[in-house]
Amino acid sequence: MTRFVARRILEVIPVLFVIVTLVFFMIRLAPGGPFDAERNVSDEILRNLEAYYNLDAPLHRQYLDYLGQLLWGDLGPSFKYPGWSVNELILTGFPVSLELGLYALLVALGIGLTAGVVASLKPNTLRDYVPMSLAMVGICIPNFVLGPLLVLAFGLWLGWLPVAGWEGPSYKILPAITLGAGYAAYIARLSRGGMLEVLAQDFIRTARAKGLTEARVVLRHGLRGGLQPVVSFLGPAAAGLLSGSFVVETIFQVPGLGRFFIQAAFNRDYTMILGTVLFYAALILMFNVIVDVAQAWLDPRLRDEIG
Amino acid sequence: MDRVVQVEKGASLWQDALHRLRQNKLAVAGLAILAVMVAAALVTPWVAPYAYDAQDLDLGAARPSARHWLGTDQLGRDVLTRVLYGGRISLMVGFAATAVSLLVGVLYGATAGFLGGRTDSLMMRIVDILYALPFTIFVIILMVFFGRNIILLFLAIGAVQWLTMARIVRGQVMSLRNTEFVEAAVLMGFSHRRIILRHLIPNVLGPVIVYVTLTIPNVMLIEAFLSFLGLGVQAPMSSWGLLIKEGADCMEEYPWLLLFPSIALSITLFALNFLGDGLRDALDPRGAGE
Amino acid sequence: MALLEVDDLRTHFHTRNGVVRAVDGVSFAVEPRETLGIVGESGSGKSVTAYSLLGLIPTPPGRIESGRAQFGGLDLLRCSEAERRAVRGKRISMIFQDPMTALNPYMTVGAQITEPLRLHEGRSRREAQTRAADMLESVGIQDAVMRLREYPHRFSGGMRQRAMIAMALITSPELLIADEPTTALDVTVQAQILALIKRMQAALGMAVILITHDLGVIAGTCDRVVVMYAGRILESAATRDCFKQPRHPYTQALLASLPAAHVKGEDLYTIPGMPPDLSIEIEGCPFAPRCGHVVEACRRGRPALEEVARGHASACLRVQAGEL
Repeated sequence: MTRFVARRILEVIPVLFVIVTLVFFMIRLAPGGPFDAERNVSDEILRNLEAYYNLDAPLHRQYLDYLGQLLWGDLGPSFKYPGWSVNELILTGFPVSLELGLYALLVALGIGLTAGVVASLKPNTLRDYVPMSLAMVGICIPNFVLGPLLVLAFGLWLGWLPVAGWEGPSYKILPAITLGAGYAAYIARLSRGGMLEVLAQDFIRTARAKGLTEARVVLRHGLRGGLQPVVSFLGPAAAGLLSGSFVVETIFQVPGLGRFFIQAAFNRDYTMILGTVLFYAALILMFNVIVDVAQAWLDPRLRDEIG
Repeated sequence: MDRVVQVEKGASLWQDALHRLRQNKLAVAGLAILAVMVAAALVTPWVAPYAYDAQDLDLGAARPSARHWLGTDQLGRDVLTRVLYGGRISLMVGFAATAVSLLVGVLYGATAGFLGGRTDSLMMRIVDILYALPFTIFVIILMVFFGRNIILLFLAIGAVQWLTMARIVRGQVMSLRNTEFVEAAVLMGFSHRRIILRHLIPNVLGPVIVYVTLTIPNVMLIEAFLSFLGLGVQAPMSSWGLLIKEGADCMEEYPWLLLFPSIALSITLFALNFLGDGLRDALDPRGAGE
Repeated sequence: MALLEVDDLRTHFHTRNGVVRAVDGVSFAVEPRETLGIVGESGSGKSVTAYSLLGLIPTPPGRIESGRAQFGGLDLLRCSEAERRAVRGKRISMIFQDPMTALNPYMTVGAQITEPLRLHEGRSRREAQTRAADMLESVGIQDAVMRLREYPHRFSGGMRQRAMIAMALITSPELLIADEPTTALDVTVQAQILALIKRMQAALGMAVILITHDLGVIAGTCDRVVVMYAGRILESAATRDCFKQPRHPYTQALLASLPAAHVKGEDLYTIPGMPPDLSIEIEGCPFAPRCGHVVEACRRGRPALEEVARGHASACLRVQAGEL
């Protein structure tokens, strides 16, 4: 098992390397530079700025310098926020996004799993159709539609919840729901499918024949196998929650990394962009390794294969 | 004699699927809605009540009325017209980007599946790794840095979706490659082209069609999302995503500007998803639920 | 006093293509300590009968239309779900055909075997583990303590079936229902498993209902046998009597089609025709379309299962009339 884990972790490194290179050259080769917007700056100051940010060196030199920096874990200074390093910005923004993401995941798992498992118990009845149709609605309403609609309904018309910011618990509700709703829907569908498949297996009949209550049959015998599709979904879900955060943080003015990234992109803040992309990529790749390991561990048959 | 049997078998597989599809009311409804949306998009230039950019500054933003069924925006532009034209762009981007992902995915997957061995392992490893990354980040970067070109938009969005297509196609091609009837065909001396056309393609089509139907809404979603962030379709063109953003900006005063494009987008996504689900159930030989 | 008395059990499945009468009027009794065999082709309703007794029929399409199943003081078909659950796994246990799929791949063998003990007898985990280890040893699995911690996929087919038997018998039930327990196993292992069941039966003093399509298995293990066809019982007798003097054309045909009954080199006899479509109501004797001795009367009414010799019943009109 440890060899499996180690190997997966090592695989991450070349991928990150490719990503850095790709993005680095992609943004440097694009037309325009980071300081185009500053029109009121004299040429001399511009040249100084460029020197400070190492932009006057030849491209390959910049690249190698950047790689060298990376080895030390230094993502460089931000172009747009002088005095701030990218590391600092990430450290400020990421905890917020992480919190938002966790709440969204809780929403998604809580609603999704309950709906999916309940629906699987009595398939093709109302108890199935209603949650599943709601799930379909959740999938089809994009988060940037749901967000404003929720704000309209609960923030403006009913006035129950604040519409923007991140100051206290009540501020976190709408963003978490907006971000999590789509995933709740997917998880509902996946867990329903997974449970249906497991509940049709022979060993469920054996469990019933032993005199177990239906609840125990479903929870103790069915759940472990039935949740597998949900676990494999967690990888792409994390990636999705991440990109979802861009929109949700923008709509609700949440001071998270997603919003910083979007702003950095618009501002052509090279180091910030690169740093954030790397950070996200590393995060997601590691998360996927964890999910893979969890999946293998959950199925005893796989556990043995991997050793 | 053999040919008759084969043709018969082929026909009944599709007929069977069609029959099952027709029984799925939600899928049929989805298909109908989709047809209406596409038709509306196609005939918009002739059918829209107002010119695309006709403004009525005296009127300003007005609620739905007899003259303007869906109301007007701050510049007095008819919302129905804008939603119709926005639909044209959204649908067009949806289909175009899907075509891109289809092309890339099928070529990549078929090659990997057909060649097999180490090449296939390598190609699939690459797919596995790429799969884990949030492509949207790259698309955002692309759009920011390389300009808001609509063609680039198709390509970028299409590039996000080709991975699963490649996987599906490769899986199908691989399992088909080893079937006995392909081996028999090879033994009988059929040309590769014939094998591919008459044997491989019809069997690959099924899952591909399902996936295409499910890709279109995903792609439309990405376009809408990008437009919402200001990175997608640019004015003077409009798309549902852009309209939703404009609506969200002033939703307190003029909620209808948010509601109507949202409904249009959501219904279309609904329709496509139900249709895709229905197709998947219909083509699945296991006939789930029967 | 019979341990289990089943009276006119009817289990129908309401499907989109019609009502399938899987079990259509089955009555039989099981005495304490006896082994009753239920034999029949696939689709004859033998498994459905067993599942109906324990309430394991999926009830959206399936429904027990009528019947009584008296077990001790309880009618299994009419009691509450809680009462039924108290019987399952404790007083009546069941083992299934395919040991590969009948055990939960996600739980250790130990957890599954101890489950009935902990549920029905409230034993502590340690007590239950000890009992489980003992049980595994008595069914012939070595290194029982270590095996308890393993998952089913590490066991061979024969071992899994033994584990299932251990799981079923750990609560010392009064009745064991074995649904095709050896069908999925190698021929060499089959004999061992059957011997094991017989041994456990003697040790625990329980009755066994053995469901199978294999006449050879019946001959070797059952005291009495019941022959099912199209959801009905066509013949019921002591095994020896049934084999020596079968009193129903169907049973006779079954015995005649055994390869062992043929001279080497002779064409194998098969019963002409197909079993009937159970979604169509059957008029008369269900075997009539394929029977070599059929007369007009066979196609009308519904032949009842009647005693034609001591302890030997047949549902053939002509046998009852003494013509065959």
